[in-house]
Amino acid sequence: MKKWFSRYSQQIFLFAVMMLICIVLTVQSKYFLTWKNIRNILEANSYRLILAIGMTFVIASGVMDLSAGAMVSMCGVIMAVGLHAGLPAGAAVVLGIGTGMAMGAINGVLIHYTGINFFILTLAASGMLRGISLMITDGKPITRFGQDFIFLGIGRIGEMQLSVIFAALLVMLSIPLMFHMKWGNYVQALGGNKDALEKSGIHVGGLRISVHMFLGVMAAVTAVIITARLNSAEPNAGMNMELDAITAAVMGGTAISGGRASIGGTVLAVLILGVIRNGLTLMSVSSDYQQWITGFLLLLSVLISEIRVRKTGTLMK
Amino acid sequence: MTAPIVEMKQVKKRFGYIEALRGADFTAYPGEVTAIVGDNGSGKSTLIKILSGGLKPDGGEIRIKDKAFSSLTVRQAMEQGITTVYQDLALDNCKDCAGNIFLGREIMKHRFFLDHKLMRQKTRELLNRLQIFIPDITQPVEKMSGGQRQALSIARAVYAGGDIMIFDEPTSAMGLKETSRIMRLFLELKKEGKTIILISHNLFQVFDIADRISVIHNGLLVDSFLTKDSSPQKLHEMIVEKEEGMTDEEMV
Repeated sequence: MKKWFSRYSQQIFLFAVMMLICIVLTVQSKYFLTWKNIRNILEANSYRLILAIGMTFVIASGVMDLSAGAMVSMCGVIMAVGLHAGLPAGAAVVLGIGTGMAMGAINGVLIHYTGINFFILTLAASGMLRGISLMITDGKPITRFGQDFIFLGIGRIGEMQLSVIFAALLVMLSIPLMFHMKWGNYVQALGGNKDALEKSGIHVGGLRISVHMFLGVMAAVTAVIITARLNSAEPNAGMNMELDAITAAVMGGTAISGGRASIGGTVLAVLILGVIRNGLTLMSVSSDYQQWITGFLLLLSVLISEIRVRKTGTLMK
Repeated sequence: MTAPIVEMKQVKKRFGYIEALRGADFTAYPGEVTAIVGDNGSGKSTLIKILSGGLKPDGGEIRIKDKAFSSLTVRQAMEQGITTVYQDLALDNCKDCAGNIFLGREIMKHRFFLDHKLMRQKTRELLNRLQIFIPDITQPVEKMSGGQRQALSIARAVYAGGDIMIFDEPTSAMGLKETSRIMRLFLELKKEGKTIILISHNLFQVFDIADRISVIHNGLLVDSFLTKDSSPQKLHEMIVEKEEGMTDEEMV
């Protein structure tokens, strides 16, 4: 029992924080604890969760991808171009996912084979992808898609929006993928000690590329939801979404230096960020503060993680 | 005389301006313990990293069980039955004992899923058999002592079970008791017919278990002889003499 508490201490802490925030918001606003508002929180954060899950895998592998937000916009734009060219919704989604995978693969190849620092590389990729999105769209949103595509963003099964169901399914798939299957095990080992993995006979380059392709797919799914929900593909979509995704993963307990991951923690962190955003909106606080709070929480999470590493004398990279 | 199981000829490796190996030869015979000795920076670790596929040589030939290679990948070395305990131990500090022992050779259930329970059980059995005492095998390796980590790395090599086992300074962080236990293990492995290649600075340890000694100096094999034909004192003098006889250019 003691071991269980120690192992999941960060997640338990996050859950307690979330409960505390919920109690405060329930007292502050009568609208907070209503089914409609809870549904709003889930719907507004479903796509953020999907991207954060992808980022959790990438961070567990020992790097970060600052181009994730730009990938979302690029996938959305490519899908929109495909839809306007007459592609059916299903084919456009496949095109978007293919675009995400290709962009992820390029990032993975460059990170592994050039040895350039991943911060610089993915930052440059972010700039280039945004530029391409702007060039394709001429800086203007591409709007008006068919109902079958829009359904992917706003359609419901029962009470729940499809995007929430997608996100829940992806979380349920990610847990066994990360902790009970070879691939996730290797992804964590890649962040834990790349040399050890290589010396175990695993092809590290292929693995690195596959993790970034996974994030690319998650970025594409995020793009499907955003583009379909807004009925518009915008070159500036997904702006700063990588910050949210990194914050959620690190806050959730995924080691910033890699090697250790927590999908449950990422889910809790996304919910906390979502609840805070929702609470600020209910209390009529400007959205500018939301950005500030996300940045502050990222800084705080990294500080806490650093203190924990020093306190326990860990040997992590 | 038996044919060698490992033969390296004229192996060269350069790291920028540093010539780590200048055409080194090395031979190991089946079922024997061959020690590689030499001072720091002589090229011992580079030589075994090339043999285990961790480094690509710039030249030379490697023959393993009569198969010739110009270079090996880790996977190819494993397929030839080579198992290595590296000096840096090559452990993932975030994983526990089972996670490290089974990294790359996981036990699966229902084809796609890791059998964590069985891997832990097998780890416990393996550590008990090798008399390696780790109180909590579920804790991450980062929380273990240097000796425990070294012992775990050896246990992983034993589990991997190749017929050519390479140990690079395997007991440098261990206490006397643990070291003698590992030395006994080496003798058991030898009895099982394994070929052992051992790098060690401890000459007494080398003379205790090795059948043959190869001396590497400044990136070249300078001598190779049967242990029974020499003594730790003689070997020590040889290494020191070689070191003192180095020209300034060689030192650079």
